[in-house]
Amino acid sequence: MNSSLFFNLTTFAYFASMVLYIAYVATRSKPVAQIARVTAAAGFLTNTIAIGLRWYESYQLLGVDGRAPLTNLYESVVFFAWSIILIYLLIDLKYKQPSVGAFVVPFAFAGMIWAQYSLSDAIDPLVPALQSNWLTYHVITCFLGYAAFAVACGVSIMYLIKIGKEEKHADESPIGGILGVFPSTRVLDDINYKAIMIGFPLLTLGIVTGAAWANYAWGTYWSWDPKETWSLIVWFLYAAFLHARITRGWVGRRAAWLSIIGFAATIFCYLGVNLVLSGLHSYGGA
Amino acid sequence: MTRTQRNPIDRIWDFFCSLKLTIITLLLLAVTSIIGTVLQQNAKPEEYIREYGQSNYELFTALQFTDMYHSVWFVGILGLFSVNLICCSIKNFPRAWKFITTPALIAGEGTLNNSANRAEFSSKEGVQQLGQRLAAALEKAFAKPTLSEENGTLHLFAQKGIYSRFGAYMTHLSILIIMLGAIMGTVWGYKAYVNIAEGTSTTQIWPNGATQPLDLGFEVRCDDFRVTYYEGSQRPRDYKSDLVVIDNGQEVIRKTIEVNDPLTYKGLTFYQSSYGPAGNAGFRMRVTVRESGEVLNIKATQGQHIPLPGGYAFAVSDYAPSYDRFGPAAQMHVDTPDGKHGSPFIVLQQFPQFDEKREGAFSFALMGYEEPAMYTGLSVAKDPGVWVVWLGCFLMVFGSCGAFFFSHRRVWICLDEANGKTRVRLAASAHRNQPAFATAFDEMKKTLAQTIENKS
Ligand code: HEM
Repeated sequence: MNSSLFFNLTTFAYFASMVLYIAYVATRSKPVAQIARVTAAAGFLTNTIAIGLRWYESYQLLGVDGRAPLTNLYESVVFFAWSIILIYLLIDLKYKQPSVGAFVVPFAFAGMIWAQYSLSDAIDPLVPALQSNWLTYHVITCFLGYAAFAVACGVSIMYLIKIGKEEKHADESPIGGILGVFPSTRVLDDINYKAIMIGFPLLTLGIVTGAAWANYAWGTYWSWDPKETWSLIVWFLYAAFLHARITRGWVGRRAAWLSIIGFAATIFCYLGVNLVLSGLHSYGGA
Repeated sequence: MTRTQRNPIDRIWDFFCSLKLTIITLLLLAVTSIIGTVLQQNAKPEEYIREYGQSNYELFTALQFTDMYHSVWFVGILGLFSVNLICCSIKNFPRAWKFITTPALIAGEGTLNNSANRAEFSSKEGVQQLGQRLAAALEKAFAKPTLSEENGTLHLFAQKGIYSRFGAYMTHLSILIIMLGAIMGTVWGYKAYVNIAEGTSTTQIWPNGATQPLDLGFEVRCDDFRVTYYEGSQRPRDYKSDLVVIDNGQEVIRKTIEVNDPLTYKGLTFYQSSYGPAGNAGFRMRVTVRESGEVLNIKATQGQHIPLPGGYAFAVSDYAPSYDRFGPAAQMHVDTPDGKHGSPFIVLQQFPQFDEKREGAFSFALMGYEEPAMYTGLSVAKDPGVWVVWLGCFLMVFGSCGAFFFSHRRVWICLDEANGKTRVRLAASAHRNQPAFATAFDEMKKTLAQTIENKS
């Protein structure tokens, strides 16, 4: 038994769950929704086992230098998928709106399939700068925050689809068809807000633990490097979201857009900074 | 009806208090921050000119884009943001504070009749007696109530989570505290570095960008420096330095530092940052003069030119502890009597005969070598504001959780006499997360209803 088997199972489960959720939206069949939910939960379980096994394997491979599996791109992506499903299942427990799954589980599946097909899953020992407990806390809090933002983004997309249709057919009787299984726009807006309320303190904690780590390793808690700055940009965006809610008028459609932009910035902070901006900066190294 | 013209001071005040300004500044900070992530910061002018051209470079410096996070305009936005935060808090805090100083012990008719969470009961039991029993029940189900009487009407008031009203203020205050800490660090702190060779000590450090060293006022000695590698690879596992701090001739601290585990003394923190050789490696060479068969044993240090018979000379230019799989190796060359540099060649410690095959007046064998002493590179930071920043961070996490996940919940019970019976009116409110509170309220309502019934 090794972790990659379980990671494969996880990818498959998230795929199946995604397809089932979409089938639920298309068919409105309650049993399908139930199976989709169970499949997602099963995927979460194998994801957990896979991460645990990988942790164990790192000790087998590296002896005393084993470490929590949260240190490279591959490990962070599979942890991101795990976090998304965790936050999704918690929100599902509260709101019981399976159609949301069709817009959230795909994020987790996309992460898993990308990790499995194009990222190296080698367990390498850590360079000294990465040997820090702060790094573990930093990764956990950041990715739980990102996951909450992913859920908020999925729900916001649903909101925009639904409100668009509703306004076009304002005169007709209640919306049927696919949109009929979507939660009401009020509930979607509420889930968006709640998810960001969960994500914001987690992101705050993630930035703080990252600063603490930098301070221990290099003696500077903040140096305005592109990664740090982008995390701050994301933080500013969601702070704007939360305050915009207090004043009237920034609920609903504008809140949904802000949430989607916020998540796009989150993804850029996570991936874009390394993949795009490092290229821009390559001239600085020579 | 004309709106009275408000005086300019009030309007300025309103501008700085407005939440619209908050949102605009937050978005402005988010958008402008992008510039410094795309354009490299604090690079040399030549690099900007090479990449973007002279005229663009001049534009960048005019707009202070090359160090934008310390530019007048960016700091200005941060300043505006702080003023907004302070004004807004001054304006709203008294209202929140009132919840503590003057709790609404008595519910108004509006609350009792219109609140989303309310109920009404009636009982034959007397006002006072029932009031006491309800107070006990409420204490158990929710929180200890305060009782007050007014014109024969008994009022019970209980509340929970009042601190959550202050979560936002704590978050806002924490932002100002973090900014204060950052300013303290900028004004009173500095970054520096120092290299200490193994076995030596220093009393000076070099502040970044400075040409003069700075006196520490104490002495730091490095007893040993070690790099370890992961087995079978060139990946460094640990860099460690054994440091000793000597103050007034007394050894005060002895600590092995490594990356992620610095040493702090008198407000200065020493971080393991780099390392390198602090001298030259030494080699024991056996040189055989090919013509005569004479054997010379010579000690050479790296880079040193050593004369050989007949006007020749040799030098060891480089070495590797492990050259491919062949073990220790030295790279060297021989200079001819007329001073010409010969082409470099390699000798291997594990294969002393190897060099005999090479053409030339001499053959060499590496008998042994000594690694040079290492120096440890330390970065040194003084930041008296860092604790202020951590305090701010703690308050921020604490405050935003308080603001988001808790709410100020209040319950009122009003008992009065009507038509020979006791009328019990119940109302409750939460300042956020109403759905969850509605569920809790239903539970409470049941409990209180039972309490009323059990005696009447
Ligand atoms: C990025 C910086 C900021 C953060 C992280 C922040 C955080 C928060 C949080 C967590 C809340 C509670 C949210 C809620 O009740 O839904 C809040 C509320 C509020 N914030 Fe901020 N805030 C920031 C900047 C500002 C600024 C600059 C102002 C100045 C106008 C401001 C004005 C307010 C107001 C008026 C409230 C509502 C207060 C209340 O509920 O009594 N915030 N803020």
